[in-house]
Amino acid sequence: MNFIDNPRKLRGFEKHIGIQKVSRRSILKGLGVTGGFVLAAPVMSRQALAYETGAGKMPHGVVVDPRVFVSVGQDGIVTIIAHRSEMGTGVRTSLPLIVAEEMEADWSRVKVQQAHGDEVRFGNQDTDGSRSTRHYLIPMRQIGASARTMLEQAAAKRWGVPATEVKAVNHEVVHSASGRKLGFGELAADAAKESVPSIESLKLKDPKDFRYLGKGQVGIVDLHDITTGKARYGADVRLPGMKYAVIARPPVTGGKLVSFDPDAALKVPGVEKVMQVRGWPWPSKFQPLGGVAVIARNTGAAIKGRDALKLVWDDGPNGKYDSVAYRKELEEASRKPGLVLRQEGDAEAALKSADKVIVGEYYIPHLAHVAMEPPVAVADVKGDKAEIWAPVQSPGGTREDVAKTLGIPEDNVTVNVTLLGGGFGRKSKCDFALEAALLSKELGAPVKVQWTREDDIHNGFLHTVSVERIEAGLDKNGKVIAWRHRSVAPSIASTFAAGTVHQAPFEIGMGLVDMPFEIANISCENPEAAAHTRIGWFRSVSNIPRAFAVQSMVAEIAQATGRDQKDMLLELIGSPRIVKPNVKDLWNYGEPQDSYPIDTARLRKVVELVAEKGEWGRQVPKGHGLGIAVHRSFVSYIATIIEVAVDDKGKLTVPRVDTAIDCGTYVNPERIASQIEGAAIMGLSLAKYGEITFKDGKVQQKNFDDFQVIRMDESPLVTNVYIVPPGPDTPPSGVGEPGVPPFAPALINAIFAATGKRIRSLPIGKQLEA
Amino acid sequence: MIKVKINGQEQSWDGDPDLPLLWFLRDEAGLTGTKYGCGQALCGACTVIVDKEAVRACVTSVNDVAGREVTTIEGLHPNGDHPVQKAWRQVNVPQCGFCQTGQIMQAAALLMDNPKPSHDQIREAMSGNICRCGCYQRIENAVHLASTGV
Repeated sequence: MNFIDNPRKLRGFEKHIGIQKVSRRSILKGLGVTGGFVLAAPVMSRQALAYETGAGKMPHGVVVDPRVFVSVGQDGIVTIIAHRSEMGTGVRTSLPLIVAEEMEADWSRVKVQQAHGDEVRFGNQDTDGSRSTRHYLIPMRQIGASARTMLEQAAAKRWGVPATEVKAVNHEVVHSASGRKLGFGELAADAAKESVPSIESLKLKDPKDFRYLGKGQVGIVDLHDITTGKARYGADVRLPGMKYAVIARPPVTGGKLVSFDPDAALKVPGVEKVMQVRGWPWPSKFQPLGGVAVIARNTGAAIKGRDALKLVWDDGPNGKYDSVAYRKELEEASRKPGLVLRQEGDAEAALKSADKVIVGEYYIPHLAHVAMEPPVAVADVKGDKAEIWAPVQSPGGTREDVAKTLGIPEDNVTVNVTLLGGGFGRKSKCDFALEAALLSKELGAPVKVQWTREDDIHNGFLHTVSVERIEAGLDKNGKVIAWRHRSVAPSIASTFAAGTVHQAPFEIGMGLVDMPFEIANISCENPEAAAHTRIGWFRSVSNIPRAFAVQSMVAEIAQATGRDQKDMLLELIGSPRIVKPNVKDLWNYGEPQDSYPIDTARLRKVVELVAEKGEWGRQVPKGHGLGIAVHRSFVSYIATIIEVAVDDKGKLTVPRVDTAIDCGTYVNPERIASQIEGAAIMGLSLAKYGEITFKDGKVQQKNFDDFQVIRMDESPLVTNVYIVPPGPDTPPSGVGEPGVPPFAPALINAIFAATGKRIRSLPIGKQLEA
Repeated sequence: MIKVKINGQEQSWDGDPDLPLLWFLRDEAGLTGTKYGCGQALCGACTVIVDKEAVRACVTSVNDVAGREVTTIEGLHPNGDHPVQKAWRQVNVPQCGFCQTGQIMQAAALLMDNPKPSHDQIREAMSGNICRCGCYQRIENAVHLASTGV
């Protein structure tokens, strides 16, 4: 039975492809007595800088209401709600900081409180797609300005003066004519009685008066707790009477339990119970895979008990999935025409008439997220009520899915969001919370489900595997006149709907059809590929293979025509202009093209900036090389230059990385730098080692020994980050994900410069040896 | 009955003597600052100090530390002001923060053994600790800062 009747209606799918129109009526109805402002999309009042974002199209849109997000205590403590999940980007600090800035709160007297999952109340909470600042900068400013206005009005009434004569300054309201002052705490009770001002009436601060925004002087709110072990992640939740569980899941996606023998497991000291967990047929979005749970007094006993289980599985339809054979399938598919997604001019004819055709076939395997905190969740289900504590990127979606899975009303489900020990897209899928809910219901006790690292690698939602084939046709003068890019990869949509063979609009919109080069004849195609495991979002998603292919091809063309990589790149980008690809419903990261066009002036700018700051063309020692790449993703523009050193045994090191980012108006440059530094490490990890392979339907890797990531001794010696100062009207754009895509191609291009070896298949592995 | 001193307090355990110290600390003693990341001594998230040495609590049994002194992140400094912790905050090291307690314990053990490590020594000594967010540059700088005075 396929329980999904219409997968496109399901959260987690529609949010990325933006097909669902949120009903404003239903939101207002849902808001009931709180009666806040609900916007279809945040639009600032006309006199201010106006831009629209796609925020209103997200499930439950945006809620702009100071009474939902801000409270002021009589002691003067201002509590601000963080409604997005903290997984390392700093969002739990950045969004409340915006509110504090605009309401003139003193940050040292601000407390941040994490919202539980409730999108009717808080608006969309899906922390993914590098969207938080981009969708919430203006709404958070409006919330802060509303709160400030209410405090000012309360003070003006108290003093009997016009509100225009008073002003909030650093946690108090001042009447400068009389020199009177009242602290926020003293005004709290009166301000709460004030009506919430209309959005049109709000006066936002002049950016030149900002104390916090754009400065990077404020540390993350959890800094002290993180360094003292007090920070509470999902794994750290403990409840009275809580049981500890680990689950043996089917080793092959779509497999089923045939039989199990619990006897040996039950003899392990500390093991209390062995029980079957309900599984759903594949594909079923984020529903649990099922299997056998071992319940114990501590996690160590549960793991030992699981090791002692005797299990028989039926591997099901994917029991033959084999990465070597699958790669051949993808390569063959890439050599034949596929579904045409973008067509300009006649690429076929231009390739035939070209003086020279350069062909590159690029391969990127499956990748696992391996966030340091493996999936984990605690659930306490009592009767028809459920409470969850979990490190989830999608608190609202988790609430919906727990309710559906248990067959109880959503109002009866509370989802408490802990800190996330890394997310990278894995924790957008709430399967682990659903497992905990099912077990707690059966046990009648609170339970923690802990995934081991092996579980994380064996039973995750992997990054897709893809072949990207590009053919570039050059005329006699070396000018590129034709570009045909075929992308073949199983789609994330296959995790939602059986029979999916084409990529979804959000996937093809990540560097395939939005390719920005000025070329007369373009064809972007998507041949079919069926999935044989669960595919999911992984930081930067399809931009990883696309940037790798496109930016490698640029360097290949430069090499073939004897030109400098950077000059070639700028030539292909072409004139400063707005690119409007001939594509039906260009995804554009869910953003309107008016606010977020594909702007080659900005693309050129980051290339030029990184070339200048990163000293492109500098002399490097023998065995060293420089590579460059640029990519627009999550509506931001990023260019990277990497210096590599390859010794005579093929050992690769990275002495220096330079990255320029244009992410529009920004909140915290210090956190932008940390995201880009981290993206370099993740980029190097996937380029050097990242590969999940299948044999007989099973993942062959198991832990950090055979799915390696970069450690400190191999990390770049220095990563420099340059942030393009935003223009006054530049809307904010993504930061968390855009740093990753240009890294691998810049690295590979640098390796070519150092060694003359062109790597088209990732990971690098042992390719530099020999 | 196994007796072990954790952060100066005597604790006892009469369960499975082979239970990894990690799960004893987290699930039995409630000291959740020590993290699980791999269970195979591959990532260092569970690093604690036993006597004066950094060890991986996930592959150390409770029995292994019988009669010895275990220091976890909770016991590193009463106010969280160990020079390594202070340096971590000054450099704004963490992103998600999950691995950082293990990193800090490893760094504290390194400085006990070698108060003035070179950058190469820091990179070498810290390479058993994985940070998936990729905070290495800042970790290196923070260890260096802690070794030179915060």
